[in-house]
This record gives sequence, C-alpha cells and structure tokens, in this order.
Amino acid sequence: MPLLAFAVIIFFTRWKESLSSYISIGAIVLGWLASIWIMIEIVSHGGHFVNVERAFSIVTLGAFNLQLGFVVDPVAAMMLIVVTTVSACVQIYSIGYMHGDPRFSRYFAYLSLFTFSMLGLVLANNFFLIFIFWELVGLTSYLLIGFWFEKKSASDAGKKAFITTKIGDLGFLLGLMLMYLWIGTFDYDEVFAVVNSGAVETWKLTFIGICIFCGAVGKSAQFPLHVWLPDAMEGPTPVSALIHAATMVAAGVYLVAKAMTFYVASPTAAMTVAWIGLWTSFFAASIALVQNDIKRVLAFSTLSQLGYMIMALGLTNFGAGTFHLMTHAFFKALLFLGAGSVIHAVHTNDINLMGGLLKKMKKTGGTFFVACLAIAGIFPLAGFWSKDEIIAATAGHPVFMVVASLVAFMTAFYMFRLFFKTFTGEPRDQEKYDHAHESPNTMTYPLIFLATLAVCAGWVGIPGIKGYSSYIFAYGGHAHIPHAHWDVMIISTVLALMGIGLAYMMYYKKSISADAMAERFGFLYRLFYNKYYIDELYDVVLIQPCYKFARFLWSFDANVVDGLVNLQATITMWLSDVKYWIDQNIVDGIVNGFGLFFDSASSALRKIQSGRLAHYLLAVVFGLILIGLLATSNLFNWTLIRVGQ
Amino acid sequence: MDNMILTIITFLPVLGVLAILLIPKEQVVSIRHTTLFFTLVTFVASLCLIFRFDPVATGMQFEVNIPWIEQFGIGYHLGIDSISLLLILLTTFLTAIATLSTFKAVEHSHRGFYISILLLETGMLGVFAALDLFMFYVFWEIMLVPMYFLIGIWGGTRRIYAAIKFVLFTMIGSLLMLVAILVIYFQYHGLNGEFTTDLIKLTGMPLARDMQMWLFAAFGLAFIIKVPMWPFHTWLPDAHVEAPTAGSVILAGVLLKMGVYGFLRFCLPMFPIATFEFIPIISILAVIGIIYGALVAMVQKDIKSLVAFSSVSHMGFIMLGMMTLNLQGMQGSILQMINHGISTGALFLLVGMIYERRHTRMISEYGGLASQMPVYSTFFMIVLLSSIGVPGTNGFVGEFLILLGAWKFNAVYAILAATGVVFAACYMLWMYQRVFYGKVTNPANQTLTDMSLREKIVLVPLIILIFWIGVYPKPLLNLLEPSVKAVMAQVEVGRAEYNAYHGIVESVASEIELSDAENVKPEGTE
Repeated sequence: MPLLAFAVIIFFTRWKESLSSYISIGAIVLGWLASIWIMIEIVSHGGHFVNVERAFSIVTLGAFNLQLGFVVDPVAAMMLIVVTTVSACVQIYSIGYMHGDPRFSRYFAYLSLFTFSMLGLVLANNFFLIFIFWELVGLTSYLLIGFWFEKKSASDAGKKAFITTKIGDLGFLLGLMLMYLWIGTFDYDEVFAVVNSGAVETWKLTFIGICIFCGAVGKSAQFPLHVWLPDAMEGPTPVSALIHAATMVAAGVYLVAKAMTFYVASPTAAMTVAWIGLWTSFFAASIALVQNDIKRVLAFSTLSQLGYMIMALGLTNFGAGTFHLMTHAFFKALLFLGAGSVIHAVHTNDINLMGGLLKKMKKTGGTFFVACLAIAGIFPLAGFWSKDEIIAATAGHPVFMVVASLVAFMTAFYMFRLFFKTFTGEPRDQEKYDHAHESPNTMTYPLIFLATLAVCAGWVGIPGIKGYSSYIFAYGGHAHIPHAHWDVMIISTVLALMGIGLAYMMYYKKSISADAMAERFGFLYRLFYNKYYIDELYDVVLIQPCYKFARFLWSFDANVVDGLVNLQATITMWLSDVKYWIDQNIVDGIVNGFGLFFDSASSALRKIQSGRLAHYLLAVVFGLILIGLLATSNLFNWTLIRVGQ
Repeated sequence: MDNMILTIITFLPVLGVLAILLIPKEQVVSIRHTTLFFTLVTFVASLCLIFRFDPVATGMQFEVNIPWIEQFGIGYHLGIDSISLLLILLTTFLTAIATLSTFKAVEHSHRGFYISILLLETGMLGVFAALDLFMFYVFWEIMLVPMYFLIGIWGGTRRIYAAIKFVLFTMIGSLLMLVAILVIYFQYHGLNGEFTTDLIKLTGMPLARDMQMWLFAAFGLAFIIKVPMWPFHTWLPDAHVEAPTAGSVILAGVLLKMGVYGFLRFCLPMFPIATFEFIPIISILAVIGIIYGALVAMVQKDIKSLVAFSSVSHMGFIMLGMMTLNLQGMQGSILQMINHGISTGALFLLVGMIYERRHTRMISEYGGLASQMPVYSTFFMIVLLSSIGVPGTNGFVGEFLILLGAWKFNAVYAILAATGVVFAACYMLWMYQRVFYGKVTNPANQTLTDMSLREKIVLVPLIILIFWIGVYPKPLLNLLEPSVKAVMAQVEVGRAEYNAYHGIVESVASEIELSDAENVKPEGTE
C-alpha cells in the first residue's frame, strides 16, 4: 500500500526543474503526509516490518547482480518523517530567507534534488543503492554549499566538502566490494542473514564494518574527516539546517544503524566506532566552547552530537543512537533556522557584534531558547530523553561514561553562552541592533513548528510508556523498551544546569570574566579556538606535499619522459645532419668527383670525338657486350639460387 | 544484405569524400552539410547493425570473407562481435557530433578538413571491423594520414611538432607490429603449409611460449603507445592541445580505444600464455598511469592538457580492468571505453566552445563563467561529474565494475586505483572552481554569450547517453557478455601452460573468476 506513497515522493521530488518554490514545497508536503501515513501504518501493524520492494535489476554480470529496490522498516519510516518534516520547514523558511536571490528557482531545484536523494538513501533496500544516493546527497551538498559561488570561500568550502567526504566514500566503496566478494550480495536481508549465520569469519566482518564506517566518518563529519563541516557553513543557512545539521550528516549515523549487524558481530569494529564517536563528541564540544561565529558554534555542536550518536551505536545501543538522531534533527534544525533568522536581521555571523536581540526578535529568541534547553537536555524537552539513553548506554564503560557526561556539561555551557551573548545583555553594535527586525512569517512559523517538536519529540521515548518507540527503535526483533535510569537522569540534569549556570554567570551576570578565563587557560583557549590546528596540519602534511608532488611529476613528465622523447628526436636529427654532411661531402663528393672526372676526361676525350660513325659504332658494340656480360652473370646467380632451393 | 552492411558502413564516408570533391571549394556551407549528411547516414546505418545483431550468438557476425590477394593469403575479411559493434557505434556517433561541432571552428581549407574527417572515419571503422591482420594493419596506418593533417594543418601554434610526434610515436609501434604480423604469417605457414593473414585462423594457433612473448611484446608496444599508457603517453597532451576540437574529440573518443581494442582482439586471443606473463607489467603500468595522470592533471594550466592527462588516468583504468581477465573487470573496461569516449569527447567539445569565443584555453584567463554562461556551466558540470564517476552517470558504472574486477585480481591495485577517483575529483573540481566560480574578473569574459542552439544540439545526445548508461547499463552489459566471455575463454587456454612453466599448482580451479567459472565454457580451445 505505501508503494503509492513512494511513487508520490519519488515522482514529485524529482521535479527538480520546477521554477517555482511552490511546486517544490507542495511536493515535499505531500511527501511528508505520505511518510506520516507510512508511520501510522507501521504502528498500527504493531511494528511489523512493512516491506515494499520493487526489485529492478540494473546490472547482471554472471553471478553479480545489482538490483534497485525500496524497503521501509521502522527506522526508515522514522527517518522519512524527519527528512520530510525538516525539509518542508526549511523550504518554507527559505521563501523568506532567499527572497530576492537571482538564482531563487535553482536553489529550490537543488533543495528538491537533495530531498529526493535523501529519501532514496533512506528507502534503499541494499548497500549498493544506499551508496548511489549517498553520493548524490554529497553532490547536492556540494552544489548548495557553493551556492553563492561568487564568494571564493563558498566555492572552496564546497570543494573541500566534496573531496573530504569522497575520501570517506572510498572506504565505503571498498567495504562494498569486500561485502560482495566475501558475502556475495548487497541486499540488507540477505547480508544480515549471512552474517548472522556465522558463515563469514569475524575478521572479515570487522574489515567490512570499519570500511563502511569510513563512509559514515566522511558523511557525518567524524574525526579525522570532520574538517569540511565547519567550512560548509558558507552555504545559505537554511541549507546548513537541512543538510549539515538534520539530515545528510545524520546519514552516516543512519548507515551505521543499518549496518548494525556487522557491529554486533564484530566487537572490534564496534569499539572503533564507539571510540571515534566519543573522541569526536569531546573534541568538537571543546572547540565549540570558544568559537565566535554563530553558525560555527552550531556546526561544532552538530559534530559533537553526531559523535554522541555514533558512540551509542558503537556501543551497540541501537535505540539510543537512532532516538537521539531524531530528536537532534528537530532541535538542531531549529537552532540553525533561528541563527539564520538572526543573521538575516543583523547581517553578521559574529556573536560579539550581537546582543540584546531578544527585545527585537521575540519569536526567534523564544524558539532559540527552547532549542537550547532541548539540546542541553533539560526535562521534559526532547534532548533530555534521548541524551539520557545515550549516557545510560555507556554504563559499564567508565571512560565513556565520564567523557559523555562531561560533554553534556560542555554542551549546555556553549549553547547558553551562545544564547546569552546573542539575545541578552546590551547591544554591542548599536548600528546593527537598530537595523535588526523580526523575520517574516514564512520564517517564524517553521521556527514555532519545530520548537513544538523540539519539546514533544522526545515524549515518544518516555520510560514506562509503551509508545511508538518500542517499535521504531527496535533492533533485530528486540523491542526497544526505554528504562528509567533515575541516577543518570539526575546526574545529567545537574550537569546541564551547571553548564547553564556557568554560562549565565560568565555571559549574563558577568560575575566571572570570560576574558580572564581565556587568559588563564591561554594554551587551551588557542588550541580550541584554532580547532586543534587540524586544518593547518592537513595543509602542511597532506595538501601541500600532494600538490608539490604533482608539480614534481609534471616537471618530470615535461623534462624527463618527454625530454627523452625529444632527446631521441634531437639525436636522430643530429645523426641525420651527420648523414647529410656525409651525403653532401662524401657521397655527393664522390658523385661530383665522378662528374669532375668525366668533365676533365671528356675534355680529354673530346679529341677522340672524331665525328666518324665507325668510331661510335665501335663504342656502342663494346658497351653492349659489357651490359650483356653483367646481365648474364646476374642471371647466372639467380639461377643458382633457384636451383639451390 | 547482411554481409554487405559492414562494407557499406565502412566505405560510406569515402563516398562522402567523392561527393565533396564534386563541390566547388568555395561553397563552404554545402561542404559542411554534405559531410554532416554522410556522417549521419553512416551513423544510421550503424544503428541498423544493432537491430540485426544477434545478441546471444557467439562468434563474429555480418561476416564477409572474400579472397583479396590470393597469392599471399590475404582476404577481405570483415566481421564484428558486440565489442566492435559498440565501438563502431561510438565512432559513427562521435564523428557525426564532431562534424556538427566544427561548423564555426574551421577557418580555412574547409574541403580538406572535411575530407580528412571522413577518411579518418573510414580508417577507424575499418580497424574495428577488420578480421584480417593485413587489412587491420592497412586501416591502422591509413588512419594516421588524415589525423596527421588534422593536427598539422588545422591545429594550434605548435601543431607541426605535435603532428610529427604523434605520427612518429605511432609509427614506431606499428612497424614492430608489422614485423610481428610477418612472423606470425610465416609461423602459420610453417605449421599448416598455407599462407594466411586471417585472424580467425591465426587465433588459437599453438605458438611456443617464447615466441608468444616476443610477438605479444611487439603487438603490445604498438597498442600501449596508442592507448597511451605511461610512459609512452607524452604524444597525447601535445596532440590534444594542438589538435582542433573535432580532432581532439575523435582522438580521445575513438583513437585511444584502438589500443585497448587491439589488446582485446589480437594480443589476448592470439598469445594467451604471454598474456599471463605480461599481466603484472601492464597492470602496474596501468596503475602508475592512473595516479600519475591524475596528479599531473592537477597542475595543468591549460584546460585541454588537463583533460588530456585525465585521459591518461582513465585509460589506465580501462587497461587495468582488461588485465583483470575476469568478467566484471573486462566488462567494466569495455563499458568504460564507451564512457570515456562520451564524457571526454564532451569535455573537449565544451572546451572547444569557449576556445571559439575567447581563443584561449588557459584556466587563469577565466573565472566567474557560471554567472555569465549558466547553461554552459550546467552542461560542463554534468559532463565533469560523469568524468569523475559520480553515481547516476555512466562513469560510475564503469569504474565500479573495473574496481570490483581489480579487487578480485589484486586488492592493492584496486585500492591504488580507487585513490585515482579521489584525485580525479580534486583536479576536476578545482579546475571548475577556477573557471566557473567567483566573480568575473577578466573584462574579456564579460561579453561571453551562452550556448547557441547548435551547440546544445551537439551536447544533448551526449548528456542523454551519460544518464542512460549511468542509470540503466544493463542492456549494454548484456550485449557485451557473450563476446567478453569468448575472449576470456580464448585466454584461459594459456593458463595451463603458464602454470606449468612457472610450476604453479592450483588447488582451486582458477583463482580468477571463481563465481563465473561455471558460465565459461572453453569454446576457443579448438
């Protein structure tokens, strides 16, 4: 039955050439309704898998068969809702935000193409198909980051994003090949059946798991391939909200969730995933503490939260990871759209130039506050429930537990630092403040809608209530039943409140001087502020040597390889010259010598030329005899050869 | 009809040459239209091949075999399998497109130009259709002449150097090939007491291992130069940069494929033992070519030479795929030949279009074209994506199959080759950024006009093919399968002897092509 819905989604969102934003929005709203319908179907069937497959073979090569098909399982249905909801909000929001842009319709075309690819990614029924859509979302991300291509920084950022994620995709691609060679199929169900049967050695599964995770590292911007995401903020802010906060970057998490079977089967791969997730969440949170660009703070916060999810999945807690994926999508999209609204009003990204905006932008400020509470994990907002589950998932791993809690504290701190600096206090730039105004309705309504979700989305996971979540976040037939972890809840709330409190004292009451803190921890501050110098490191260690090597090869090519060819030519020419000289002076010399000889001889012989016929006749006969002799000797030789054979 | 059709297709362009000769050379427009007409008719005729082609039959089709110079056993022998069928289609298609693209580009000696194009087409078609070594050699050499003129007369500033380099490089290879052909000729005579140059008869002739090695080397060198593989590639950038647009399109699209085709049609089937011996060398050269070409492309200042070096890289992929000797790799390799012809051909066409407007190809001269020429930059982006193998475009399918095959064959090569994909993204996107993004800074670019209708007509068919092969390559792959399996079976013959020579005892039936082993019947063992 939902087949029709897919047709609608695929068909409408493919209308990327539409010139009007309305077509695009209409399509996505239809898609949204359809995905809600799918969700209701799933829930009403008690969470049984609703499979819809349209297998369509594109490549058959002997035993190698690639099929395209779509499948919905509960997680996919959840992702559908997330993608379509955020996408719809962002598109409506964009009407206001992108108003007056010369490439307005192209923007919506790209957005639609993105949504289509993202939905395809979510619905794919095999790893190969997911890879195809995976690359397509990467491509649309490239196009949208570099949307304002007149700016060099924007086109640089697009290129960086594309190439960095491509490196991760390389790992994914290798994982796919290994999967084909060792397992023999790409189809989810078949792959999992083989893995679960234990027919494949664990080390192979570890290998495949890590390779697939490489793809997720690239796409979800985990360390060490995280460098593209902060730069990606050069794109239009709604794009950042949609692609670089809520959906595309979550695709990596989604992929890890889909490939969960590998990580269950291979603890080594799972721990790799968990450690990278943990490190990223800490690393990014520490950078977010000191950044001054409103979007960059949010970008690093995204990194950190994604790290959280990846970590939960690495600890093979499927439910926690995917649950946080959903809640995070809503409140992070809200944060970005709120930030976009602020930027729209004051035309700067620098929070040092903002302040006191709450008075002028009540709706934006209010929703932003809600989102901050949600991400900090304050009861009863969405983030509270999902973050709890993640921290609870770390039980039994002390290091994880401590660091994850620390990150929760840092998150609360930097989010409220952002909030206080932007919306409260005295305006630091009076001129910008005077120009600030609340954004139009097309921008604020999506904010309010998302704020509602940021409050409520977590309720599906309230412990003790047998809600949707038990089906949606279930893995491998084990229903996901949230337990109440009172201890964790209390600790994390306290930590979050401490973070908020610290931010309040530093940036609202100013009872603790932020500058003094920065002075005191100068080294750390600089380290964090410069993002651990990772970009510079890559530049020195990877990019420059690569470029230099390329230049070296080029000069090698031009001078050595081509040089040899030209040298050969020169030698040949020189030899030809030598031969020419020989020809001119020796061979021709001989000829000319003959000429000279005959010349002189003829003048001598002239005396013989008597003019008498008899003399001539004699000469002719003599010559004929000579020729005849020569000819017969040749003939003789020739006959000899024939006989010899 | 069926045995005439190949002859007709091959020599239709010559008919076109005669027709053009009848037109006074001042009537430039009618010369153009006549050429276009004949290239289109050839294309349509070659399309007929598809409909009459039996996709399941093995062996050659549309064969025609008439004794030609009987004393020497030389026959007029044409015939195609699905590999040559696709290459013939590519040839006729690209020639028609290239002809259409030249309407404004040629500035003098129009008649000579179009005659060269048509003669070149006959040469190329003959190479792909010939089943007689002598005929193959004749077509192979004939082709050089019009190409020499195309580069040398209608080329850029260093055209003479480029043209001579191109011809000399190719000649060196083909002379060795000629010697090798003669050796085979006498060998066959020694064995069977009959003189023949017929490929079908010569294939499967039992030759001693050492003899095969020498012959493979001689043929192989000719083909490697043509491909071109590192380190014999240096004629390519020069030839590409100097050649007129149509010349570059045909050169990249078709001529380079002849080297690979030569391997498939001659080296592999005739010298199976040597094939196994040479696999390591050729595949290493291929991998070097992939990475080397990509890195050197990165630092090029001229768009055309960037594309030329990207060809070196792509051709490395194709050769690597072929050397895997498994179904995925070889199918991918042949598909990638078609893909490379389409996407690189399209890239050269696109570069030619701005060259016609600005008379420069230097990347630094441009910038900000995306706002000045939005349609053009969109087309460029699509072709570029196909060239770097983004899923949904043709390049991805080919590259993926090649990598899959390569992985089965040697994982290290596959990983190295796969990094080439990343480098490709680097140099292409960087070039795109410098040419299309940013603000228009060079005042000369402010008056640029977007694509004309004719230019769109030139590119749209290529774009359609890019997406079609990218989304649904199955028909092509199915078409290729029997022919590829036939070649594989012919090569398989050499494995036993290769193993015996090296003392390899295989526990498994064969390390290559485990999963497809049951499908491959040793047909070529007669």
